[in-house]
Amino acid sequence: MTVDEVALRALVPQVLSVLVRRGADFATAEDAVQEALVRALAAWEHEVPADRRAWLITVAWRVFLDAVRSDAARRDREVRFETTPPTGAAPSADDTLHLYFLCAHPDLTPSSAIALTLRAVGGLTTRQIAEAYLVPEATMAQRISRAKRTVGRVGVDRPGDVRTVMRVLYLVFNEGYSGDVDLAVEAIRLTRQLVAVTDDPEVDGLLALMLLHHARRVSRTGPDGRIVPLAEQDRSRWDTELIGEGIDVLHSALARDRLGEYQAQAAIAALHADAPRVEETDWVQIVEWYDELLGFADTPVVRLNRAVAVGEADGAPAGLAALSCVDEHIPRRDAVAAYLHEKNGDLELAVRLYADAARRAPNLAERDHQARQAARLNQLLRESR
Amino acid sequence: MAKYLLLKHYRGAPAPVNNIPMDQWTPDEVEAHIRFMQDFGARLEASGELVDGQALSPDGLWVRYDGEGRPPMTDGPFAETKDLIAGWMIIDVDTQERAIELAGELSAAPGAGGAPIHEWLEVRPFLAAPPSFTE
Repeated sequence: MTVDEVALRALVPQVLSVLVRRGADFATAEDAVQEALVRALAAWEHEVPADRRAWLITVAWRVFLDAVRSDAARRDREVRFETTPPTGAAPSADDTLHLYFLCAHPDLTPSSAIALTLRAVGGLTTRQIAEAYLVPEATMAQRISRAKRTVGRVGVDRPGDVRTVMRVLYLVFNEGYSGDVDLAVEAIRLTRQLVAVTDDPEVDGLLALMLLHHARRVSRTGPDGRIVPLAEQDRSRWDTELIGEGIDVLHSALARDRLGEYQAQAAIAALHADAPRVEETDWVQIVEWYDELLGFADTPVVRLNRAVAVGEADGAPAGLAALSCVDEHIPRRDAVAAYLHEKNGDLELAVRLYADAARRAPNLAERDHQARQAARLNQLLRESR
Repeated sequence: MAKYLLLKHYRGAPAPVNNIPMDQWTPDEVEAHIRFMQDFGARLEASGELVDGQALSPDGLWVRYDGEGRPPMTDGPFAETKDLIAGWMIIDVDTQERAIELAGELSAAPGAGGAPIHEWLEVRPFLAAPPSFTE
């Protein structure tokens, strides 16, 4: 039989937090839990223990003790730790939450916090994380061990907060996937875990946002990796079950009446997901949600996306007016300007802007998409001459 | 085996034969070009010769140290006269002939009218690690 790796990794934060609560230092404990995972994968091929968590705690604690003893022997120091494995220790929600806080500590850079969260909370191996982020394994190993040292040094006094954790999970989700780990799925799993140990409707909002975006993922790219814009997506391929769950999670979050930016973003995603055809999209309500969102996060990106929605709700001139107060230098502004000018009937200008958008595109798929748009409009213009 | 860098330039290389910029192409021509590039990469991967391929944004800066306690000096965005790299491919091949052959094939990527662009690509051998047998 094969071991369910995801179920196994779900135990990681619980096991690690038990070790840390027993007085183990974070860095050594984290290594010990990884080692216990490796051993579990081998040992459980034949027989899965009845209490898998207890097994992991026992083995991780032994590995930890061996590590500190050999370290102490090298330094000729005495070690005082209980040698009995803490099998009876039930991990608490607070411990798990504390672990999330440590890994997304504000003293860590975002890339370090992401790597540490995926390893210490997610239970991924350094190699898997390295592959997902397309960096050499040695580089990722250094990033993680530096992050662990930082956390070990400062973690206990200022443990961080749920905002930084949500930011990290949002970034993991946004990264998509490469290698054999689907980061979006992993981010959803970790956010579900976080929902279970927190009482903050924003965390639910973040989960809803992820579910609603994930539900549309397969329709967002063509077989050759090309971008399929929202208006052209095959909505029959959207995952209605995930959409239903996302909307339920969002509704119960909104009912708690503590609105925040993730809930507002999820509300916008829900309005898109709710429209059976693009023509039925409730753009007026979407603009209203963007106005709410601006109250929490007045960023050029939000203003840019709002301009698109305004263009749909009130027509291209209104959209262009909304766009005029968006910073000239942010990514994708040319693309939005091109779209709105095309909608407004100014094809010559739109072609130039699509070409600019292709030149300034932040990734290859986007560049190809904008080049296609320029080519499409050029052909229209040639035919009309 | 030896590694070679195939460099593609936005500017700075001699003008290609088929010199109509991409934003003037028809949709079919754009499609054909994108498909050619994807297929080329896939073929090199299948033959075991692809190491890496990356595209670069045209926005960049020149940066240099400007003395103790001062921020680095920057120059740019690039003036039009400066050489500008668009991307690269790193291949690991048996001979220089093979590297040249592959660069030639890549330069045949279709452009306007579906005809090869005949783009000039720069082929640069890597300076490898010293060999184990030295005599």
